[in-house]
Amino acid sequence: MPNGELADLVERAAERSRTARPELQFVRFTRLQRILHICMIVSFITLALTGLTLKFSYTKWAAMLSHLLGGFESAGNIHRSAAIVMFGVFVTHLVDLYRLKKREHTSWRSLVFGPGSMVPNRTDLAELVATLKWFVGLGKRPAYGRWTYWEKFDYFAVFWGIAVIGSTGLTLWFPVFFTRFIPGSFLNVATIIHSDEALLATGFIFTVHFFNTHLRPEKFPMDITVFTGRMPLEELKRDKPREYEALVASGKLEEYMEEAYPPIVTRTIRAFAWAALAVGFSIVLWIIYAVLFAYR
Amino acid sequence: MAETNIARSKWRAGLGAIIATLLAAVFSLVSWERPVRAADQPGAECLACHGDKSTTTTRAGKTVSLYVDGKKFATSVHASFGCTGCHADLEGKDFPHPTPARVQCGTCHTAEQEQYTRSLHGKAIARGDALAPRCVNCHGNHDIYPVKDSRSAVAPLKVPFVCGQCHQEGTPVSRNRTIAQDNILENYSESIHGEALLKKGLAVAPNCATCHTAHSILPHTDPASSINRRNIAATCTKCHSQIEIVHRKIIRGELWEKQANVLPSCPDCHQPHKIRNVFYDLGMANADCMRCHADEKLHRARDGKSMYVSVGEVSHSRHNKIACSQCHSEVNASHVRPCETITRGVDCTSCHDEIGKLYVTSIHGQLNGKNDPNAPTCKECHGTHGILGKQDPQSSTFAVNVPGLCARCHREGQKAAVRYTGMQHEIIANYTESIHGTLLKNGLTVTATCTSCHTAHHILPRSDPASSVNANNVPTMCGQCHHGIEEQFENSIHAKRVSGYSKPLPVCNDCHTAHSIHRTDENSFRLNVMTTCGRCHEQIAATYFETYHGKVSRLGYTKAAKCYDCHGAHDVLAVTDPRSHLSRTNVAATCGKCHAGATRRFAGYLTHATHHDPRKYPFLFYTFWGMTTLLLVTFVVGGVHTLLWLPRAFQMRQELRAAEAEDAAKPETPASKNKENTDA
Repeated sequence: MPNGELADLVERAAERSRTARPELQFVRFTRLQRILHICMIVSFITLALTGLTLKFSYTKWAAMLSHLLGGFESAGNIHRSAAIVMFGVFVTHLVDLYRLKKREHTSWRSLVFGPGSMVPNRTDLAELVATLKWFVGLGKRPAYGRWTYWEKFDYFAVFWGIAVIGSTGLTLWFPVFFTRFIPGSFLNVATIIHSDEALLATGFIFTVHFFNTHLRPEKFPMDITVFTGRMPLEELKRDKPREYEALVASGKLEEYMEEAYPPIVTRTIRAFAWAALAVGFSIVLWIIYAVLFAYR
Repeated sequence: MAETNIARSKWRAGLGAIIATLLAAVFSLVSWERPVRAADQPGAECLACHGDKSTTTTRAGKTVSLYVDGKKFATSVHASFGCTGCHADLEGKDFPHPTPARVQCGTCHTAEQEQYTRSLHGKAIARGDALAPRCVNCHGNHDIYPVKDSRSAVAPLKVPFVCGQCHQEGTPVSRNRTIAQDNILENYSESIHGEALLKKGLAVAPNCATCHTAHSILPHTDPASSINRRNIAATCTKCHSQIEIVHRKIIRGELWEKQANVLPSCPDCHQPHKIRNVFYDLGMANADCMRCHADEKLHRARDGKSMYVSVGEVSHSRHNKIACSQCHSEVNASHVRPCETITRGVDCTSCHDEIGKLYVTSIHGQLNGKNDPNAPTCKECHGTHGILGKQDPQSSTFAVNVPGLCARCHREGQKAAVRYTGMQHEIIANYTESIHGTLLKNGLTVTATCTSCHTAHHILPRSDPASSVNANNVPTMCGQCHHGIEEQFENSIHAKRVSGYSKPLPVCNDCHTAHSIHRTDENSFRLNVMTTCGRCHEQIAATYFETYHGKVSRLGYTKAAKCYDCHGAHDVLAVTDPRSHLSRTNVAATCGKCHAGATRRFAGYLTHATHHDPRKYPFLFYTFWGMTTLLLVTFVVGGVHTLLWLPRAFQMRQELRAAEAEDAAKPETPASKNKENTDA
């Protein structure tokens, strides 16, 4: 091979690698947060599937699924294992919050009421009102900050859900222990709360949360920011203008910019997300069928 | 030494015999002499009064004749003894003498007296039975003659009537005493023995005493009795000495005598008192039958049915000691074809009488009575010449073969199954799969087969109160084997005696089914039992399925508590009963079977709760509706929010698409692109 040709080849390869260099994207979630979300998805869907077989035990679906999961006993073990994962996610997140407080905040107060806080505040209320106005055509789309009010709602819904479902679930897991403190009939109450709250969580996540966060028409086919942790800068400007402006003003934007993942990674993520979505929708259909047409 | 002893004892025996003979001769001479001397006037003194027919006395308010016929007495065997020979207590007494004591015949007739004392009659007297006969009742008093003398009260021709005084219908004895035989005198007089004795005057024909003895009359159960099973052959062979030759098939001489107990004894075939010469057909022996019936080609002219009888088959059968003519009665040996006189088929009840009576009342027998062609008779189940006992593994009625036997008609599609209108179907298939069927297949012959529950000969439909499988009889029937369980069941709330409930209560088969009984630790049973209990306990079963145990059970989890795990199975009792597994004292232990460490408070879990009943379970009801409200509100708010958003979101999408299209049309620097987007 002549030398000139080789040099040409090297030149072209270098050119290709320069042009294929991924764009820089805004980092919205840390690696731990993304891992926690994936763990949450897996454990949540597992909990939902195994739990609902019991709640809707009267449907053919439930019997079939229970059978697929290796019988009820095995389904129960899977449910409890998934619950442990969920508790793990919850505890890890609390630890992460504690570390965040140590790293970036001087006091708990600043963590809770600071600018990046998930705790709803006056601005959220104003934005809610403005959003409703926008919906009915009485105003422009509000300039949302880092966390919108529906994102904050989803976040605390999970807190509430873990508290309610987790505590009742533990009671039902260790009934002999808990009835040392509470009457036996509270187990019946716990059952109702556990299962109905689970129904609420499942139904809400697989419909409202899916729509609000992943499936909004303008983001169709899917917003995968929570998996990659990154979002295009334009999207940040469009979706979270207030945050963008704050970052630009503070001059910290560059700190948050990182290279996007190669397409193979995003494709894998999409496949996973679609699978989760499909399972979620199936569960919703099953719930609707069980509640409306087969309820006893 | 030994030799001298033997020689000495021989010598002694010889001397004893000589002395005895001499003494006997002297004694007989003396006794021969005495009547000659005393015959002149036996008891003349006494007859002065007692020879007068008007001599009477009053005993217990009744006038009793004291007349003694002097002439008869003078000719009687006791004439030589005079009156005081028997009425010894009047010896030397002058008139008026006291009432004499009862004459003791045994003073002279010691041997007879001994026999009599041991006999049925003697024991009755000893008990004070007023109806029991004494010597005088059979033999008379002053007119006793030798037995051979036709004037004797116990002359052979008279014996049946002497005994018949008591042993015939209508007498106080026959009415008041338990005697297994009936119509004794009547039957006897019609029997071959009675006919010979009474009608033909054949004095050697047996009378009552020939078989029963005169003085040693004992019940046939007494081993010493002449009519005991072990002794009857000896009794009969006193006359029928070579009877084995006639009974060459039925009895083998040597066995008959040595082991009478293993063979049928005479009365087994020849019923006592009814012995006939017609029924057993002049000794028609099998060999005579087999002259023709051993031919394999032999067939009936009428319909071509094979009339071949396999000797091998018969000789291995249960009836190999029964003669052909015992079953095929009505043969007549005087015919060239002895069987041509047969008019009826084989009637097994001539021997198997009890079973015959049961069969007639059974559904099979009832149908047979109506000439139903489908009705099974004895031979359909038991076979004919090759009949075997039910203990024989080759027998069609051997436990392992019974289901197959019944299946011939009761298998689905067969004649009995086709006409059956009840609820039980595929009974044979179900039975074969059942626990009983499986055990039977594995060779456990004591397990239940068809006949264990339905009986062999008294099969009746379930609706019949006399049926073994009638609801009222089922617990007892199953309890034959499952005794402990029956005991528990009879003390449970499901027993009428305990609950006092008038409606029909469940019995074994209501929960365990009739033919598809499975082990209760099998999954199918554990998963179906709630539906089973739920047939009656509808409400409680429905609410069970609303709680944890019920839900997981429905998903096929066999370990979760089923009805009987808590309530008990056969010993189920009202929860208010202190003995119940769920009473205040027992409930924690019951829960503890699965939930180790369960307490009374743990047992407060409502296993049959529903959140649909605000009256009974208000807190569950309100919790449920509270949660439902929360759910609905959340979904409505979330839903409305999303729906309102949707049009705006689409609008945004369109704007984005438009901007992208614009970008594509005039590619620019990323900075200007960003700027445009922000403006939009």
